[in-house]
Amino acid sequence: MPDAVAFDVERLRADFPILQRTVYDGKPLVYLDNAATTQKPRAVLDRLAAYYASENANVHRGVHFLSAEGTENYETARRSVQRFLGAAHAHEVVFTRGTTEAINLVAHGFASRLGPGDEVVVSALEHHANIVPWQMACERSGATLRVIPALDTGDLDLHALGDVISTRTRMVAVTHTSNALGTVNDLGPIVEAAHAVDAAVLIDGAQAAPHAPVDVQALDADFFVFSGHKTFGPTGIGALWGRERWLEELPPYQGGGDMIDRVTFEKTTYAGLPAKFEAGTPHVAGGIGLGAALDYLLEVGMEAVAAYEDGLIAYAEERLAAVDGLRFVGTPEKRAGAISFLLDGVHPYDAGTVLDRLGVAVRTGQHCAQPVMDRFGIDGTIRASFAFYNTRADVDALVDGLGKVRALFG
Amino acid sequence: MTEADRRQQAIVDEFAFLDDWMLRFQQVIEHGEAMAPLPDDLKTDDRLVRGCQSRVWLDAGAEAGAFRVRADSDSQLVRGLASLLVRVYDGLPTGEAAAVDLWFPREIGLAEHLSPNRANGLDAMQRAIRAAAA
Repeated sequence: MPDAVAFDVERLRADFPILQRTVYDGKPLVYLDNAATTQKPRAVLDRLAAYYASENANVHRGVHFLSAEGTENYETARRSVQRFLGAAHAHEVVFTRGTTEAINLVAHGFASRLGPGDEVVVSALEHHANIVPWQMACERSGATLRVIPALDTGDLDLHALGDVISTRTRMVAVTHTSNALGTVNDLGPIVEAAHAVDAAVLIDGAQAAPHAPVDVQALDADFFVFSGHKTFGPTGIGALWGRERWLEELPPYQGGGDMIDRVTFEKTTYAGLPAKFEAGTPHVAGGIGLGAALDYLLEVGMEAVAAYEDGLIAYAEERLAAVDGLRFVGTPEKRAGAISFLLDGVHPYDAGTVLDRLGVAVRTGQHCAQPVMDRFGIDGTIRASFAFYNTRADVDALVDGLGKVRALFG
Repeated sequence: MTEADRRQQAIVDEFAFLDDWMLRFQQVIEHGEAMAPLPDDLKTDDRLVRGCQSRVWLDAGAEAGAFRVRADSDSQLVRGLASLLVRVYDGLPTGEAAAVDLWFPREIGLAEHLSPNRANGLDAMQRAIRAAAA
């Protein structure tokens, strides 16, 4: 276990310039909306600036020095993603615009393999990004969407796996960590049940990657997707990891330059992995920035991040539980990142607005997870979501703010 | 000065001495509490204003040459904002309502305090009222 000296949160906070700023009339920013997007360390900001200041060139095609250097840097970033995920090969890493595009890429490719009678399984805790692409794939192919139900605790009902996953199942797409509730799903039994019927498994790691080590080998999944901007990297970049065998089998997602082997008007053959899935000029700066973010995280140490955040989340749960009239939405067995709750008699929007005015940034509403809200019979929640640079003082500011909310609306 | 301007000036005068944002919020909330709630049978989907994070209902129409508007919301802050709009618009001659230049939210600092995004729906409510009055 890392001790307090090993994880010096104040030193790490100094790496994030935005955490020094104030909002409104000089209120220190208390940023608790990390499930929406995370802040960027100086290592990423500097890397982006350096790229545009002295390295900008198109990659994979130039004869000149800068292009060769840019290609090397872009491919080095791919190896950073490989290392971060514990992937076997760098060519199993495809850069995408983010989690949403990565899921769409897989769902689009998968649709051609689906037909009437086939089933795609998602869970009741999914973000819309891991629902809608599969619904679209089902509509196109005639397949059926099935849902692993959730318990009142916000945990998935794993006893229902036997009912939901069957020999008709072709794909199980499930989130590692719920963006709306913070539930960390017990993926082992799900992956096992899926593989027992030869179904592929896609894990939405958008809310997991920022909080704990990822090891795609240990997860035994077939696809793992995450977003750069939720992992302290730039917006507009993310990654899909897929097993080589699967990526070879799936058809290309978009056509264009870079993804081809040979083009004639009669017939085009496609490039190998990962270029087959990266049509057009890639987001080179984004990829390099993401690489810098992941290198930074690996240096901080994801084990240390996880241990620190576990302590912070436990403290937040304890302090929030003592707030008058507060009700948790979801009390999962294991939680990472997010805590969703309601205050009796106070609309989440009202609470969020007052917290905002106090400098405390939270998110309110449905969190792009309407089915989760429907499951709990509510319109929305107040969600505080944490990153490793948050402190107990941030939790205290949230709790104090909720006291002011109560005073105004009580 | 039009009737709508006079009504807006009265609101601005009420907020003039509230120099703390919390007092302003409180004032908004109290206005909301003082407004008669919309009967449940009028809280229908076709009266919902789109573009708000909370649910906001507007019931508007002409009655004997006057523009009548009522509103409600499940958010206390938004209900308060709605009540201020109702105060400005309700009962104006039908011809005047559509042409109102709404300036009081700026004057009382609500734009600054309440609109980091458009989720509060002030803008959407205003557009819905204008559409109803047109």
